Amino acid sequence: MSEAPVLSVKNLNTSFLVDGEWKNVVRDVSFDVYPGETVAIVGESGSGKSVTSLSIMRLLAANTSRIEGRIMLSGRDLLSISEKEMRGVRGNAAAMIFQEPMTSLNPIFTIGRQISEVLTRHKGLSKSQARAETVRLLEKVRIPNAGARFDDYPHQFSGGMRQRVMIAMALASKPKLLIADEPTTALDVTIQGQILDLIKVLQEEEGMSVLFVTHDMGVVAEIADRTIVMYRGEAVESGPTEEIFHRGKHPYTRALLSAVPRLGSMQDRKWPTRFPVVDIKTGEVAESLEVTGTVATGRMPVLAVKNLVTRFPVRSGLFARQTGAVHAVENISFDLFQGETLSLVGESGCGKSTTGRSIMRLIEPTGGDVALDGYDVLRLDNVGLRDMRKTIQMIFQDPFSSLNPRMTVGAAISEPFVKHKLGTMKEAKEKTADLLRKVGLSPDMAGRYPHEFSGGQRQRIAIARALSLDPKVIVADESVSALDVSIKAQVCNLLLDLQQSLNLAFLFISHDMAVVERVSHRVAVMYLGEIVEIGPRAAVFDNPQHPYTKKLMAAVPVPDPSRRGLRRGISNDELKSPVRSIGYQPPKRQYREVSDGHLVQVA
Amino acid sequence: MTTIDQAPPVLAAKREHSRAWRKMKKNKSALVGAVIILFFTTLAVTAPILPIIDPLATSWSAIRKAPSAMYWLGTDDLGRDILSRMIWGAQASLMAGVFSVAISVCIGVPFGLVAGYFGGWVDMVISRVTEALLAMPFLIMAIALAAFLGPSLMNAMIAIGLSAMPIFVRLTRGQVLAVKTEDYVEGARAVGLNHLEIMLRYILPNVLAPIIVQATLTIATAIIAEASLSFLGLGQQPPAPSWGSMLNVAKNFLNQAPWMAMWPGAAIFLVVIGFNLLGDGLRDALDPREA
Repeated sequence: MSEAPVLSVKNLNTSFLVDGEWKNVVRDVSFDVYPGETVAIVGESGSGKSVTSLSIMRLLAANTSRIEGRIMLSGRDLLSISEKEMRGVRGNAAAMIFQEPMTSLNPIFTIGRQISEVLTRHKGLSKSQARAETVRLLEKVRIPNAGARFDDYPHQFSGGMRQRVMIAMALASKPKLLIADEPTTALDVTIQGQILDLIKVLQEEEGMSVLFVTHDMGVVAEIADRTIVMYRGEAVESGPTEEIFHRGKHPYTRALLSAVPRLGSMQDRKWPTRFPVVDIKTGEVAESLEVTGTVATGRMPVLAVKNLVTRFPVRSGLFARQTGAVHAVENISFDLFQGETLSLVGESGCGKSTTGRSIMRLIEPTGGDVALDGYDVLRLDNVGLRDMRKTIQMIFQDPFSSLNPRMTVGAAISEPFVKHKLGTMKEAKEKTADLLRKVGLSPDMAGRYPHEFSGGQRQRIAIARALSLDPKVIVADESVSALDVSIKAQVCNLLLDLQQSLNLAFLFISHDMAVVERVSHRVAVMYLGEIVEIGPRAAVFDNPQHPYTKKLMAAVPVPDPSRRGLRRGISNDELKSPVRSIGYQPPKRQYREVSDGHLVQVA
Repeated sequence: MTTIDQAPPVLAAKREHSRAWRKMKKNKSALVGAVIILFFTTLAVTAPILPIIDPLATSWSAIRKAPSAMYWLGTDDLGRDILSRMIWGAQASLMAGVFSVAISVCIGVPFGLVAGYFGGWVDMVISRVTEALLAMPFLIMAIALAAFLGPSLMNAMIAIGLSAMPIFVRLTRGQVLAVKTEDYVEGARAVGLNHLEIMLRYILPNVLAPIIVQATLTIATAIIAEASLSFLGLGQQPPAPSWGSMLNVAKNFLNQAPWMAMWPGAAIFLVVIGFNLLGDGLRDALDPREA
């Protein structure tokens, strides 16, 4: 590394003005990025990783933020130049791509126009030159049929395709440095794989440096030459990625790494296993425990779903006539036993959440049978339905929107108990205190409001609320997906603890294959509203049969730096649409039994 | 101010109230608002026992007199004491403001809640009717209704309340549409709560803030509207005073006796500010997220 670094950050300190006081959110961060190198900044929410990248681009509001230190980009001090000069740097010498591909393109201009604008502005190309160059860029980011899509609007592209457009736009000015701030976080796992591959290929072709900001250790392992671990505004450790992963010194690094779910880590285990717990002060790892002997397979299943179908009408035209239907859930059948975790996995739009909601009749299914602990769910009247809700409860994805902000935590937890008249007020109070203790919070927190808690704590509160009716089945809809890695591990462990002590059955809906492998007894893979493969966890993960299952597994980033050279060669195809015209008859599906209880859809 | 109270959260009802009250006490501008409102309310309530001149007593010798030791705020075109008319008029004006807005809120908010929450044809019917009502100018509708109901202060308040109601339906419905998609509403269904409980405990508290602001603003409109109705003989019946009717008379003498317009104008201004400050404070105090 004798070359001069493309980006050199020295003693970066960034502060925000909060209520009249300067609050330091990035402290003394220094690092270099060399030509052609990929450096990852990894950390959890609030670690200051995004603020670091925004500081480099000077994209923070000038009057409420203060950036100190030295930021050299190709030998130029970015902190000493004027805002006008800085505008010449942004999108030119250094380009940035963001997390949300859905909102970072202007919806009222065609994508061709948005890219060629960069070219005419920064490169001084003529209109026709810019158009030709834009098509070349779109081809470069592997957008199929690029020439024809020049005049399409952003809404005509899927999320993954839009992120490609964003990358094309960033590449337009041949930047020396590309800053990617969580560019794949909002994308499905197969699409994420495509984008990561694309960034690697483009980096080789263009020879640019990449500063990659992410929370995902798997992504880091796959893409970064060097890694900087950030924790509460400080870079606690940095070094070659290999080094960090295998010989991480800082306790936080180790805690972070042990909390990362790894696909394939469960190969010789029979039961769902808790995440190892690391002491953040000493860095010592405690043994991870298995959840054993909870499943009651011999008896009647607590939840039996037969041929469940849910369709949403698609209406259009002046009189809103039905012109088709979204076949969100198509002919799904499975059983769930007491004390068992069945995971529904699949990518966005595959119908996994709709399945969960249909079973609870939060959405009215179109047809089928759901038997829940003696209830014929789909034929219950309102009273019966309310009664049934004692047996099945739900935990939602976003802990920030799943609790009523106007209701104290205690009131939220005791409400279901009071509503179903399960006891006196005094008992409700005791129950609430007991539940708070069970989920690892303190009973005196009952008087506080949800906004006083962190995301992980809120998810615990949501779990306590779900437990207040002593349900037998809990539908966990992406319940740990929005949480930071270490919190995710804690909440997963809590769920497993509760399963062990209360013998709960979980319908665990998730897109995160690694978490699913850790917590489930059985797994069902969904694609376009249908279950394409279902079976015991070990069978599905070790011996995937359906092409979609295989594709899904291959796309999961594995936190193992030795796989860095890996190219998936995943095709650029996208998820198909489950919208069908009226009168569409879904084909009859056949399943083949691979091994005991392991079924795969054939044709 | 509004008569809607949220169904008390099960365990923390007391705590909720004391917390809101503590926050209210810390909020200086809300306290100023409360003091203003309290001041005028006290005047209005104690009018019969205050040692003031009869507000209806005319005096040929004291027509349009400027403020003096005898008549602190001056006299009007019939020689009546403006101070005592102001104090007695406070009754009519405050009532007009508060009662008519209470009527608007009590009818408008539930309709808005129902329309937004249930959607479908219920929403269709309520929304179309609301739009039809909104298409009519506010004052024209109030006049038509008041004329139909017959001239009296009570009927004027009803007329104003009904005319201002559609705004609340629309505002509430819009807010409900936003809140209803939150996970906690679906969570409430999953717990087994019925529609009424969800609407009152989960949706209403979360849509209250803009409704409170709108209500405080509408109080001002209502006081002025009462003045207009009085002017047409549809509101407070002369010679009984209200600030609005005093203003209406005063506008004919702006050059000769500006004090006739000044005092009721200033009073309306103060009361409106008072309600606004109080409303803002109330909105913040009821929101647990505001520290």
